[in-house]
Amino acid sequence: MSQWTATPILEAPVAEGAKDQTMVLNMGPQHPSTHGVLRLVLEIDGEIVVRLYPEIGYLHTGIEKTCEAKFYHQVVPLTDRIDYLSPMHNNLCYCLAVEKLLELPIPEKAQWMRVLLAELTRLNSHLVWLGTHAMDIGALTVFLYTFREREEILRIFEYVAGQRMMTSYIRIGGLALEPPVDFFDRVQGFIRTFPEKIDEYSNLLTGNPIFMNRLQNVGHLSAEDAIALGVTGPPLRASGVDFDLRRDMPYSGYEKFQFEVPVSQRCDVWGRYEVRLREMRESTKIIQQALDGMPEGAIKADAPKIVLPDREKMKTQMESLIHHFKIVTEGFTVPSGEVYQGIESSRGQMGYYVVSDGTSKPYRVHMRNPSFASLQALETMCRGRMLADVVAVIGSIDVVLGEIDR
Amino acid sequence: MSATLHGKDAVLAEMGQHPAISAVVAKMPDALTNARWDREELTLTIAPEKLVPVAELIRQSGYNFLEDVTAVDWFPAQEPRFQVSYHLLSHVRKERIRLRVMLAGSRPEVETITGVWPSANYYEREVYDLFGVHFAGHPNLRRILMPDDWTGHPLRKDYPVEGYR
Repeated sequence: MSQWTATPILEAPVAEGAKDQTMVLNMGPQHPSTHGVLRLVLEIDGEIVVRLYPEIGYLHTGIEKTCEAKFYHQVVPLTDRIDYLSPMHNNLCYCLAVEKLLELPIPEKAQWMRVLLAELTRLNSHLVWLGTHAMDIGALTVFLYTFREREEILRIFEYVAGQRMMTSYIRIGGLALEPPVDFFDRVQGFIRTFPEKIDEYSNLLTGNPIFMNRLQNVGHLSAEDAIALGVTGPPLRASGVDFDLRRDMPYSGYEKFQFEVPVSQRCDVWGRYEVRLREMRESTKIIQQALDGMPEGAIKADAPKIVLPDREKMKTQMESLIHHFKIVTEGFTVPSGEVYQGIESSRGQMGYYVVSDGTSKPYRVHMRNPSFASLQALETMCRGRMLADVVAVIGSIDVVLGEIDR
Repeated sequence: MSATLHGKDAVLAEMGQHPAISAVVAKMPDALTNARWDREELTLTIAPEKLVPVAELIRQSGYNFLEDVTAVDWFPAQEPRFQVSYHLLSHVRKERIRLRVMLAGSRPEVETITGVWPSANYYEREVYDLFGVHFAGHPNLRRILMPDDWTGHPLRKDYPVEGYR
């Protein structure tokens, strides 16, 4: 059926003059340092990496195709499953895109809750990154510490959404449920002690000579290369590019929060480590501001034909029952058009491109995932360096294979 | 500015000063076939054979970052059926712009923009893999998500969601 034939990987061109003495090494798809099923085909000259091919697609489940067969509101749980470390970012980005198509205003409290949860998600994701990255380098202890705090974040998610990981809590038009009464106290309790925990991780790693030697001046990526190769998020800011969608193109009310965007000029793995650690401190500040200024009011938009009614109203009011029945069985129609919504996820710029043809199912949903693009820069960062550095570099761009393969 | 502007003339009349639009209109006026301003997003439809020089012009006008390349299949409602969308971002202007080209269904082919933004490499491979759109001059046009020996392109609308192919 295909009109063009593809080039098999081993027939791909080999670096000039290197063929006689190099060997091809396969790394993955089951390798402890590849964070999922990432396969790397490396051409090495002794221990020096000559070329590197990432082979992806082992987790491809056709989520974009599945979305086209679902109602708009049925897509939300699918977005959780793209990235198991930041489900709320995917929920948020998809919902913002559909709300933009619908031109639906969101109540302030829902926006602030979304910011609070997005930043908690960032902490969750960065904690897993820090633990596994340090473990790849050989510092096993940090993993136990970061997972201790991550566990508390997951408990908070379970408390508010009923699910630890696949939350689906952010919905089109607002949030799924009113947060429990003492939810804010619980987040406050976590945030109060969290900055000390960051100091604790930093104590274990920042001055550690082995960790420093493995990270400093490794995986160099210049600002020009980062932009040319589509790298976003912490790796981009660690290359000296001061750009963060939360500050520069704010969404969901981020313009009301004061925070700094950490930037490093180091362009190496150490720079990315520093940037993420400082980002965790900034996220803590944002969560504190969200807790302090949390407005009162509704958590769902006033749009009965789009947002599911409260359970109690559904049992007592005829209109609510009808709306519930209609939304669940027929979905709701969305005006035709196309939108692209970008947000700053834990790994970089995430984007949802949603095309509507005026029916109740999305005509096309496309996810622009930061890991997918960052993976292209892997070869640039590893070429000419030692094989052992590849492990440090993969950890530094923080790939999640679920969102690469979709 | 109006909430929506449909058609090239309406957009040119109200947004003629926009750096990307003025750069294209000044250097390659016939490359711009259609334009739209909708939900605060600017879409420029470009003639497929002029895509690469236009992309270079727009990059020079400040849109330095290629954020995404993807496609939409309008089968069977429209011909040309494939719409390839390019999302560009300007770090300085803090704005996005969308370029799109429409490609015929019989042999969808457009020139690669990897020469302008090397990051297009993976995105174009993905579009080739899932839609069967060919990118002429691409350095390594292989399937990326589906297995190498797969037949068919899953995101085409004539490819079923479930059941037998």
